[in-house]
Amino acid sequence: MADHSEIDTVSGTATTGHAWDGIKELNTPLPRWWLITFYITIVWAIAYWIVYPAWPLISSNTKGLLGYSSRAEVAVELANLEKIRGEKMAALATASLADIEKDPALLALARARGKTVFGDNCAPCHGTGATGAKGFPNLNDDDWLWGGTLDQIEQTIRYGARSGNAKAHEGQMLAFGKDGMLKPPEIVNVANYVRSLSGLPTRQGYDAAAGAKIFAENCAACHGDNAKGNPELGAPNLTDKIWLYGSDEATVIETITNGRGGVMPAWEGRLDPATIKAMAVYVHSLGGGK
Amino acid sequence: MSASSTAKSMTIGESGLALIFAVTAFLCVFAAAKALDPAFAFHASLGAAASAASVFVILNRYFERPAELPPQEINGRPNYNLGPVKFASFMAMFWGIAGFTVGLIIASQLAWPWLNFDLPWTSFGRLRPLHTSAVIFAFGGNVLLATSFYVVQRTCRTRLAGDLAPWFVVVGYNFFILIAGTGYLLGVTQSKEYAEPEWYSDLWLTIVWVTYLLVFLVTVIKRKEPHIFVANWFYLAFIVTIAVLHLGNNPALPVSLLGSKSYVAWGGVQDAMFQWWYGHNAVGFFLTAGFLAIMYYFIPKRAERPIYSYRLSIIHFWALIFLYIWAGPHHLHYTALPDWAQTLGMTFSVMLWMPSWGGMINGLMTLSGAWDKLRTDPVLRMLVVSVAFYGMSTFEGPMMSIKVVNSLSHYTDWTIGHVHSGALGWVGFVSFGALYCLVPWAWNRRGLYSLKLVNWHFWTATLGIVLYISAMWVSGILQGLMWRSYTALGFLEYSFIETVEAMHPFYIIRAAGGALFLIGSLIMAYNLWMTVRVGEAEVESPVALQPAE
Repeated sequence: MADHSEIDTVSGTATTGHAWDGIKELNTPLPRWWLITFYITIVWAIAYWIVYPAWPLISSNTKGLLGYSSRAEVAVELANLEKIRGEKMAALATASLADIEKDPALLALARARGKTVFGDNCAPCHGTGATGAKGFPNLNDDDWLWGGTLDQIEQTIRYGARSGNAKAHEGQMLAFGKDGMLKPPEIVNVANYVRSLSGLPTRQGYDAAAGAKIFAENCAACHGDNAKGNPELGAPNLTDKIWLYGSDEATVIETITNGRGGVMPAWEGRLDPATIKAMAVYVHSLGGGK
Repeated sequence: MSASSTAKSMTIGESGLALIFAVTAFLCVFAAAKALDPAFAFHASLGAAASAASVFVILNRYFERPAELPPQEINGRPNYNLGPVKFASFMAMFWGIAGFTVGLIIASQLAWPWLNFDLPWTSFGRLRPLHTSAVIFAFGGNVLLATSFYVVQRTCRTRLAGDLAPWFVVVGYNFFILIAGTGYLLGVTQSKEYAEPEWYSDLWLTIVWVTYLLVFLVTVIKRKEPHIFVANWFYLAFIVTIAVLHLGNNPALPVSLLGSKSYVAWGGVQDAMFQWWYGHNAVGFFLTAGFLAIMYYFIPKRAERPIYSYRLSIIHFWALIFLYIWAGPHHLHYTALPDWAQTLGMTFSVMLWMPSWGGMINGLMTLSGAWDKLRTDPVLRMLVVSVAFYGMSTFEGPMMSIKVVNSLSHYTDWTIGHVHSGALGWVGFVSFGALYCLVPWAWNRRGLYSLKLVNWHFWTATLGIVLYISAMWVSGILQGLMWRSYTALGFLEYSFIETVEAMHPFYIIRAAGGALFLIGSLIMAYNLWMTVRVGEAEVESPVALQPAE
């Protein structure tokens, strides 16, 4: 065999005597710190096995001296959380919305709970700051499609709008153009008339009188003679410069032509009554509550 | 050629394989015609085309070749088989660029979701497995194929076993990649992370992989060296264990033999356990053992120094092999997995720390006496920095497996940062370093086209990695802390969407890091291309080592 050990001149260490494609190996002993650290991790692992559940047996497993279980740990953490939240949590479940408003501690708790739940359930549509988006109402202003009192807000959260729930808010903006109730020139006139109600500029040469007439015959039934809206029907106030879908002429024409009917889901059944109450209190507190 | 054709006959391999592919082509046409879903029909058509092409190539090769198969030795020197090595090297570079590009796309999608374009095949959900599979299995896999077929020949001083078999392995493996990748885009997946390919791709991979094992093993067995070189232990551990993991994680029942959908045999928490036993050991044996083999050959070769410690290589090899296989449950901390299994996963991960560092020590200390070369040789610098990243990741890994740390890090971007310090820093750089060495050697060139470009690649990619992992560390820890933050009243401080908003700047930084890494790899591809195209041929010693390929 051609193998023969030699001393490497750089390190002064002997090689093993083999070479593969010119690669030799030094016979350096294991670094002490490496070996000691390896042993420490092994000792630590064995100690861990003794105190924690570790090895499977035939029908169970070693339980460990500490009697630890992750389920028990979760239970303890949840109990601690309940303790921090305090007895008021129970009161939240039974108190009426009016009672909550009167008790500052309960109110603070309900708002805190509501904020958390809002972030994970409502923010995807209404935004983290509840500022809304096209088709999703801003909840900070005092313009409410379905009413802005505590009870009305709770009602809306609980049953939703056009959600399929039996008690949901119904009623929608009809498709006046698509369904042939109004002709395109009529829609242009009424659209400009509606824009004029909140002081927006109108198209030159549009027939204001015709627009007013069409409005009175077709729109006033829901939006009211004064166009101030009707929360019973979810018909928005058209005079307040707040627009759910946009105020430019094209969008207003689109709304009148094709109608609108956005959906707010019903949260009853998905969230418990106390949580829905808390959310109503939180939304009411955002600045627009009536 | 015509003179020798009288004594020429087909080998059993040639005739057998041609026959099998002919039958397969027929079966694939039948399957394509009768397929239950369009994706399966598409894959069956690809199978038919590839099988027919294989028959043609095998027959054509037979008619073109001399009567004798290539000799094992020429003038007493091994006649190394470098064709499959070159093919896999080329494919590695190709898939690397593809995989890094898709990575940049999905990183950008996370920062700017409109880049999903609302199309199913460009959505994050389909491109993410395309990215992971392209970089791990397509890029990494081809690097492993190329280097293992090169290293095993050189260190056993013998020609690669088999005539068609090595070609079958490298081409067959890349066909698997093609089927898997196009499947992801078409929505074909069994929804197991890093094991997404459906039953028929899995079966094909099994055949290819067993052939790979046989080629490698037979080459080792017929070696002309008395001992097996350390890199070959690691390659063998990688090949054997990946076979076991693949079979263990993927048993599935197809809904129909003519459709792509199947159901995996495992269910519930057992499925989760199998999945992460597989998933973590894909890291342990594919991305660690295989690439340590690369390190053990290419670093001493490039540094022209002996390996630091033979004893350390033995001890850390066996410790690594024994301990890694237990570590999977640390991916399932605080889940339905029983506590005892979580304990074992965590403690074995911590015990794995030193065995992993054994490889780092051996890689770095091999440089002793050659540290000055880091100044002048950017390829060696790349290899050494990869080992440093390996050391960093294999400290971070055991730390993150500790349950209290994991309760913060799990499900956050910290995990993504950890994975990429290993993937970009370790696997990426050691692969780049190895390819920079291998391409001139395999194509018989005196050296690389430009060391200056390697230097540019090194710094661009390093900057990219630093941006990537530091952004993910910060965002991951921020994310974890936001998730667990409670108000004084006992409610969660932040909603989930607020934590997503907080991630946005870090996602942009991450995408920028990925872009730099991709640019580096483009520089590399150009450099390697020019090396092969215009590089000067190495002047060989009087006796030719190998015939022209």
